[in-house]
Amino acid sequence: MRRFSGMKAVFRREFKAYFSSPLGYVYIVIFLVASGFLTLSRDFGRMLELRQADLASFFDYLPWLFVVLVPAVAMRLWAEERKSGTVELLLTLPITLEGAYLGKFLAGWSFLGVSLFLTWPVAYQAARLGNPDWGVVLSGYLASLLTAGAFLAVGMLFSALSRNQVVAFILAVAASVAFLLLGLPQTLETIGNLLGGYVEQLFASLSLVDHFEALSRGLVELRSLVFFFLFTIGWLASGMLVLDRTRAT
Amino acid sequence: MEGRSKPAVGELLIEVRDLAKHYGPIRAVDGISFEVRRGDVLGFLGPNGAGKTTAMKMITGFVEPDRGSVRVAGHDLADESLEARRKIGYLPETAPAYGEMTVAGFLEFVAEARGIDNIAAALDRVVQAAALGRVVHQTIETLSKGFQRRVSLAQALIHDPEVLILDEPTDGLDPNQKASVQELITILSAGRAIVLSTHILDEAERVCNRALVISQGRILVDSTPEELIAKAPNHNVMRLVLDSTSLPDLMTSLEGKPWCDRVERLSETTIDIYPQSGENHLGALMELTAGLEIHSIHLQEGRLNELFRDITRGVEA
Repeated sequence: MRRFSGMKAVFRREFKAYFSSPLGYVYIVIFLVASGFLTLSRDFGRMLELRQADLASFFDYLPWLFVVLVPAVAMRLWAEERKSGTVELLLTLPITLEGAYLGKFLAGWSFLGVSLFLTWPVAYQAARLGNPDWGVVLSGYLASLLTAGAFLAVGMLFSALSRNQVVAFILAVAASVAFLLLGLPQTLETIGNLLGGYVEQLFASLSLVDHFEALSRGLVELRSLVFFFLFTIGWLASGMLVLDRTRAT
Repeated sequence: MEGRSKPAVGELLIEVRDLAKHYGPIRAVDGISFEVRRGDVLGFLGPNGAGKTTAMKMITGFVEPDRGSVRVAGHDLADESLEARRKIGYLPETAPAYGEMTVAGFLEFVAEARGIDNIAAALDRVVQAAALGRVVHQTIETLSKGFQRRVSLAQALIHDPEVLILDEPTDGLDPNQKASVQELITILSAGRAIVLSTHILDEAERVCNRALVISQGRILVDSTPEELIAKAPNHNVMRLVLDSTSLPDLMTSLEGKPWCDRVERLSETTIDIYPQSGENHLGALMELTAGLEIHSIHLQEGRLNELFRDITRGVEA
């Protein structure tokens, strides 16, 4: 595990950092209020009106919430290190670049996992309405966690690219929105009309929305898991290359 | 204050060979080579932008060189980066630290990252060495600049490294803190190789036993501070303050003396006498001035500052 030397120490420091300032708590409150609003609102999830014992109302809008809130977590991860100069300290310790990068990623992902866990009252509410399929509920949470991880990997690359957190945030939001839009039927239809059905199929298979929806409906397929794995690993690996080039600039 | 001893003859701990780094058209470091042995305290001297910090960033593995190699305690930095970095304690120029962490939390993180087994003992040792006991539970962002630099120094020492790279270690400290850090560096030098950069030449005189003068990325002089001082333009210059009526006679007497290179008249009563070859001729001057009304004679040591200006002026022109 030499390749990931120092990962555990970086993970522990980063994870604790989320809870050592008010920012982490503020983030969690915003996430819970926003996700609760989207789930219960008559304009969006309409969970109470539909009176269905499932969490579809909750999961449907999560990716759209993530495109804003996950870059907010990602933006500081490297931009702040580079701006304050601590990246020099970090990368001259016996920590590999992979160890530092993945340590930060896993800490951010775990923090997002904690935020997701705190939405349990929504599941509790569904249980009060009837008898939800807990397998579907769990696969919905799995889909949400994987989507959060994918967007976090995207956001980290832009945080490694820019010393300015605001710039990193804007670029990450734009990229995340682009990946969501890419999977919408309207977008795919336009692509099909312009570039042909073969390209449309290619984009459809790369659609994050498509895989998220499949998983959140309880359809746990290997191809969706492989998609999220490759998507996240690809962005993480690219982010490491970017950081290696920008770290001393 | 006297400078330190001659260069050490201990084990070779740092080998730098033909190290170079360019940033676009700017040659930040231009093919420098040197060695540092156990017991050495090597001072990097040079003006701002001379290449000192870039050289240190390459020795610690933060910046990849365009050319050349670095070996630390026998480990090549390119091939065995982790092993080499384990041997190094590094205080970067800006003394970076995670401001939201407490001093203890930050040092524990560094200790964990370095794989130290007994973290509590290591923490106690460096807190004592850097005199941080009073602030150990305070968050770093609330500390003064001096304390923040000492925190950064403490993290560099936490694994008791064989090699210490200190970029401007006393920058931002008050005179008392400077003196205590300089004393600490002298104590630490036993059994270690230390490279420190400074533009405070008095500091180099106090703590270093070797001095590299760097300008525009090149090593101009590799010597001891004592040898540098001996080459300083006003080394052993005698400043004489005497009665104005005695001055013409003395000037005449000095003209015939082979040890006297030249005399500069600073005022009606003050002259500087420059000896040949920078040698000490205070005894001869005392004999010559016997019977004259002398107010004071001061033998100048010669400071590195003047030599430093002389050396770097030519290169920067």
